[in-house]
Amino acid sequence: MAVTTEPDQQGKRQPASGAAAMAEGLVFLARGLTKVYDMGEVQVHALRGVDLELRASEFTVLLGPSGSGKSTLLNILGGLDLPTEGQVFYRGGELTAAGDAALTLYRRHHVGFVFQFYNLIPSLTARENVALVTEIVPSPMRPEEALELVGLGDRLDHFPSQLSGGQQQRVAIARAIAKRPDVLLCDEPTGALDIETGVLVLEAIETVNRELGTTTAVITHNAAIAAMADRVISLADGRIASTHVNQHKLRPQDLTW
Amino acid sequence: MKAIHKKLLRDLWSARGQVLAIGLVITSGVAMFISYMSVFGSLDRTRAAYYDRYRFADVFAAVKRAPDFMANRLREIPGVAAVETRVAVGVNLDLPGEEDPISGLILSIPPVDRATLNDVAILRGRYIEPDRPDEVLVSDGFAKANGLGPGSTVAAVINGTRRELEIVGIALSPEYIYIIRPGEMIPDERRYGLFWMNHKALSTAYDMQGAFNDVSLKLQRGASPEEVIDRVNVLLERYGCRGAVPRRLQTSHWYVENELKNLRASGFFVPAIFFGVAAFLLHVTLNRLISVQREQIAALKALGYMNREIGLHYTLWSLAVALLGCALGVFAGQGMGRGMIGLYNDFFRFPFLEYRLSPDVVLAALGISMTAAIVGAFVAVSHAVKLPPAEAMRPEPPAKYRRTITERLGLGHLLSQPTRMILRNLERRPGRAFVSLFGIAIAGSMMIVGLFVLDAIDELLWVQWNVVQRQDMTLTFVEARSPDALYEVARWDGVIAAEPQRSVAARLRFGHRYRELAITGIDPDARLQRVVDVSLEPIELPPEGLVLSKTLADLLGVRPGQEVEVEVLEGKRPKHSVMVAATVEEYMGTSAYMRKDALHRFLRESPVASGALLRVDPAVAETLYRRIKKVPAVAGAGLKAAMVESFRKTTGENMGIMVFFNAIFAGVICFGVSYNAARIALSERSRELASLRVIGFTRGEIAYILLGEQALINLLALPFSLLLGTGLSLWLVALLETELYRFPFVLTAKVCAYALLVIVVAAVFSGLVVRRKLDQLDLVAVLKTRE
Repeated sequence: MAVTTEPDQQGKRQPASGAAAMAEGLVFLARGLTKVYDMGEVQVHALRGVDLELRASEFTVLLGPSGSGKSTLLNILGGLDLPTEGQVFYRGGELTAAGDAALTLYRRHHVGFVFQFYNLIPSLTARENVALVTEIVPSPMRPEEALELVGLGDRLDHFPSQLSGGQQQRVAIARAIAKRPDVLLCDEPTGALDIETGVLVLEAIETVNRELGTTTAVITHNAAIAAMADRVISLADGRIASTHVNQHKLRPQDLTW
Repeated sequence: MKAIHKKLLRDLWSARGQVLAIGLVITSGVAMFISYMSVFGSLDRTRAAYYDRYRFADVFAAVKRAPDFMANRLREIPGVAAVETRVAVGVNLDLPGEEDPISGLILSIPPVDRATLNDVAILRGRYIEPDRPDEVLVSDGFAKANGLGPGSTVAAVINGTRRELEIVGIALSPEYIYIIRPGEMIPDERRYGLFWMNHKALSTAYDMQGAFNDVSLKLQRGASPEEVIDRVNVLLERYGCRGAVPRRLQTSHWYVENELKNLRASGFFVPAIFFGVAAFLLHVTLNRLISVQREQIAALKALGYMNREIGLHYTLWSLAVALLGCALGVFAGQGMGRGMIGLYNDFFRFPFLEYRLSPDVVLAALGISMTAAIVGAFVAVSHAVKLPPAEAMRPEPPAKYRRTITERLGLGHLLSQPTRMILRNLERRPGRAFVSLFGIAIAGSMMIVGLFVLDAIDELLWVQWNVVQRQDMTLTFVEARSPDALYEVARWDGVIAAEPQRSVAARLRFGHRYRELAITGIDPDARLQRVVDVSLEPIELPPEGLVLSKTLADLLGVRPGQEVEVEVLEGKRPKHSVMVAATVEEYMGTSAYMRKDALHRFLRESPVASGALLRVDPAVAETLYRRIKKVPAVAGAGLKAAMVESFRKTTGENMGIMVFFNAIFAGVICFGVSYNAARIALSERSRELASLRVIGFTRGEIAYILLGEQALINLLALPFSLLLGTGLSLWLVALLETELYRFPFVLTAKVCAYALLVIVVAAVFSGLVVRRKLDQLDLVAVLKTRE
């Protein structure tokens, strides 16, 4: 079943309500997000009015070609960036009204990030990269436990340069989940990986979503990955083109691309 | 240990070359700061303790002859706590086997109780016995230089009578920490000694029974020396007092004070340059580190690290480098300080001189190092803090380049592609290139400043003894004598030329400021002593009026055309206003000149001489010296050769050691800046250069692109370092100027060549290190890293 949501034609937005979002069990509620990058001579419109809801424990895939604005959207949800216009609520609190320090605390306590290029600290071992996070949050997992969860229990003391791309990405996932985040945001987690390694990484993400109930959003340009999501949101040219709910989710090992 | 701190340690380790280079610059600064300041502190404390323990007086006055009861009158002056009178006699000495003229000063001391003021410290031997009138104590430096000790004897001519004195003890006095013969520039303890003798014995020998010719006063706490001095002068005027002086102007105290002032000035000035350079290097290096770690910073921010945690992380990097440098510097500085104290022992005489590095000096060094680190880190760190995480996640956009001026002028076809890359890179970041250039120029200028001091001393000596005072020997007569005395001197064997000298002690007063010094009368036809300004042109003195050295005129605040009050401090003590006719820029101290005939007129005297300047034949000099020593009318004789030799031995050697350290430290800066610049260039451009290697450029060609840029910066830095060195030297000249002397500014080609050589050697060394790294460039790995 495919439901397509069109943006409000008049450009008028319903006033978003944090309380309403809570009532509906929403984790994220975004209304009218636009993002314009001022590149001197040209203005780049990365987002052109996006409305979005993400529900608790939901596994969402944001699908779209490069330049569709999906990374921008994820960065805004993760409190790394602010929209030019529009509002974002996280569990009833308005992220778009929060200051830099509040956003940092939000990222620290609620968000787990996984990036396309892993962004591990090269001078720290796998265990230390995870410890980087567990040392600054209350009641985290032990780093070993988090690495065990992504199947790297035997690579604890390896430096990033001693790990393959897939292993590095799983360290990044372990680092993201070790704080027991409320949301896990993954930006092209398999983008730099071959299919076999990619599947291992997706399995790790799926395990976290399933076992810890972490609300998960994965952005990808790879349509095949959409099959493992609860819900697929397609973006094109800074707008949500369509939203699709999967009745039958595939397991990562059954994906092909 | 926290993971973020492990990252810090590993970041430091992986940049160890640069950490060491910058650390050593800080080490140099700290070592200098610690050594200068600890020596300053040690000397200052030692002096204070010495003054206190041996009761150094506050006011000093010399009289011709005052009756003993005047001591009680002096004691009644409000504010006076204690009075000590004594007899002081200048003598010529005879040491067995010694050809040079040797003079001394004998001071009387009470034989039973110790002196109330200016007590002596006995280093070896014992104090004099009351019933043995020929026993004396001798100053330590003189005893050492002449191989004297308890049991030795010396013959002195006191009041025209030769007398054998038996040395029983080696002593020092707080009045004579710095021992210099009056009227001389440089101490020469081999030819000038101090003796302390039984008061009764000396006053008998010098016809001073029941009288004194020298008095010291201790003031009560809070008493004004000026008020006391005014009263002392009134009381003692009729006894031939030449004017009492406060401790501030007491010769030894004044020299020590000047030296301490210089030490403290150098202790701030020189290290300041090092800390500035270190801050600059930290800035550049940290900027680069943060640029390389752009994505790591983004990740840390995404993980929820606070801005202040990230800021602290990189500030700690800088602080760690500074801490390392500071620790080494404290260690090195302590060693240098100990060595310097040893040098001071050569020309300052303390009974105890303990080197102590006080904790507040260490804390100050730590504070300054940390400040340099924080200042250096500030811009780079705030850049890291401000980095928006979402933007930092993306690779940096390609750097913006444009065609260079040469190309825009249509000369582009003259340049090879690699040369264009060099020029475009320089033109793209002119600020960076300039800052590198400036750092190297600072190092070069440090070399110049260090070496310049040596040349300046040489110049000073040369001007003083070859241009201004061309005599080989200076005689001071006991009393002013008729010109006949000079004809006699001129007839002595070995005397090639003799000129009379007339100088008179006087107090020059302008408003409420005054100075006591000698007015020197100069004959317009004089060949041996002339007035010469800093351009080395002899000055013709005006027929009337005073010519003052610029330093003296500034001290008095007087300008040519104005009148000063001149109070002669000897003879009939006339007191008149005299016009200041001109000022003259001189290197040495405070001096006042008059035409000799004008001085005679002013003093209402016939053309007498108070001394003579001699040019002597070195072949028969020895006989001449022997003869001069035996002439009772000669109060003192100074030998130029001996003074020069003595200066070279003490001050010259010390300066040499300091300059050596300066040069080493300047070298450290030079290597630090050069190496750092080359490493950063390599880090920024390794990817680009590896790409060129991949498409077929040779190692030599890529080395040209990278090192060509560095070479160009170094080359451009050369003239700048000369310019900056000149500026800093001029600043140092102003900073080191005292009433005693000021340094001439001379910049020789040799000094410039040394400085430039150090820059070139440092650049070549850094270039070789980077070249070695370039040769090891891992093409595949470099292309894989995403930047």
